[in-house]
Amino acid sequence: MSAFATMDVARMGMHRKRKVMNVVALTLALGAMAFGLFWLIWILIETVRLGVGGLALSVFTESTPPPLAETGGLANAIVGSLLMVSLATALGTPIGVMAGVYLAEYGKTTWLGAVTGFINDILLSAPSIVIGLFIYAAVVATTKTFSGYAGVLALALIVIPVVVRTTENMLSLIPNALREAAYALGTPKWKVIASVTLKAARAGVITGVLLALARIAGETAPLLFTALSNQFFTANMGEPMASLPVTIFKFAMSPYQNWQELAWAGVFLITLGVLALNILARVLFRNKH
Amino acid sequence: MDTRVNLPTNEKVKISVRDLNFYYGGFLALKNINLDIPERKVTAFIGPSGCGKSTLLRVFNRMFELYPEQRAEGSISLDGENILKSKMDVTLIRAKIGMVFQKPTPFPMSIYDNIAFGVRLFETLPRVEMDERVEWALKKSALWNEVKDKLNQSGSSLSGGQQQRLCIARGIAIKPEVLLLDEPCSALDPISTGKIEELIHELKSDYTVMIVTHNMQQAARCSDYTAYMYLGDLVEFGPTNELFMKPKKKDTEDYITGRFG
Repeated sequence: MSAFATMDVARMGMHRKRKVMNVVALTLALGAMAFGLFWLIWILIETVRLGVGGLALSVFTESTPPPLAETGGLANAIVGSLLMVSLATALGTPIGVMAGVYLAEYGKTTWLGAVTGFINDILLSAPSIVIGLFIYAAVVATTKTFSGYAGVLALALIVIPVVVRTTENMLSLIPNALREAAYALGTPKWKVIASVTLKAARAGVITGVLLALARIAGETAPLLFTALSNQFFTANMGEPMASLPVTIFKFAMSPYQNWQELAWAGVFLITLGVLALNILARVLFRNKH
Repeated sequence: MDTRVNLPTNEKVKISVRDLNFYYGGFLALKNINLDIPERKVTAFIGPSGCGKSTLLRVFNRMFELYPEQRAEGSISLDGENILKSKMDVTLIRAKIGMVFQKPTPFPMSIYDNIAFGVRLFETLPRVEMDERVEWALKKSALWNEVKDKLNQSGSSLSGGQQQRLCIARGIAIKPEVLLLDEPCSALDPISTGKIEELIHELKSDYTVMIVTHNMQQAARCSDYTAYMYLGDLVEFGPTNELFMKPKKKDTEDYITGRFG
């Protein structure tokens, strides 16, 4: 006779109850996951189905066409997006990382740190159209022209709070024992941060930057009133500049078939890019932990 | 209670602690500690958890200052100079008084750089001399033979015991005068522990060593002087064999014989 048979009835009853609850909870969790995945996969399938059709070499070599034209591509929008997104990331990353360092390493117990953290949280959840309108009022209205630079500023304002938050979180995860070990050698504080803690948190900080990059790659609202759009190819950041999201917005709403096809091709490109960035971020993070 | 202990006259005092009180916020964790630490000897601190021995160790290199709610009153003199005075540059104190912690904490860099990191803070050595210093430190900590072919690998690729010896190598590479060891063997297997105890024995020819340990045999094996602490008080301090063979206080005897703690 097994030893379990002698277990008293009340304990077995509770054991059975726990098992049932486990099955119920697992079923609910799986259901929620299936619901989320269903829509995600549908979006991906539709994007690929409609996007691949419009994909041709001309998409990358020619600029946006007039309605009902035979040829045309997205070259101006792709280049505009690449320029503005990379400049905004280059501008926002150092500011975000340094502010994050301040919050995690210097401002933890200070009044200024608490206020900065709070304001950063507000900025983090601010609707991107508000940021677009703010840059419109502050930059576009004063310089009297829509420009790529204004677009860069709006996007950078979205990057900064994301990078601040991830940098702070990643640094807070570094055990104090590592900091103490560095201080115990007589290391000055700036050096402890630069050579030890920030280095230990490197993968997480880079992940944050990549996620911010992925986020602004698809932002439309902050560019609508800042970079506006441009039908022609330009690499001059002082002029209105085309971008993928704004071009998609414009073309998808149009009644012209060639525009609609290009919009889908753009959607496909953005989705692919964002997906690649997310995968890259995950791979980087996994290798480190 | 008055626990001031005069060292035998043949010992030179390296560090003397006078009227030291230590607070975690409002909590008094060290009560009026008076103690002389002999030069080039191993001094062990024993006592039950929470007695303040690690706290005391962290006062010697002012590590507690990282936490604003902690503060120390009194004086600690290193070769006659009060290191608790705020005017003293804390990085210089820490370069003179090294510390190894309970858990190994390799820096996120190569084995070589883990050791060179501290050296580079205070010395600019040509590559050859730096190589020699790294080798010297790794040999001292009995790690050289295990890592000499993989100095460029990450420090965290080593086993726990190797990481701890790496941390000791890092600590001695900057050539401090005093070495604080805070339960350096608590996470190690007996073989690594044995290696580190041998190392401690060797280190005292050059350094003044202070070690906090929960292991009474370890204190008996590798220290010259032992301090027994309880609830923030320094109960008894004296030569290790005297303290273990014929303790003066009943409390000490109860603790080391295992009747308490």
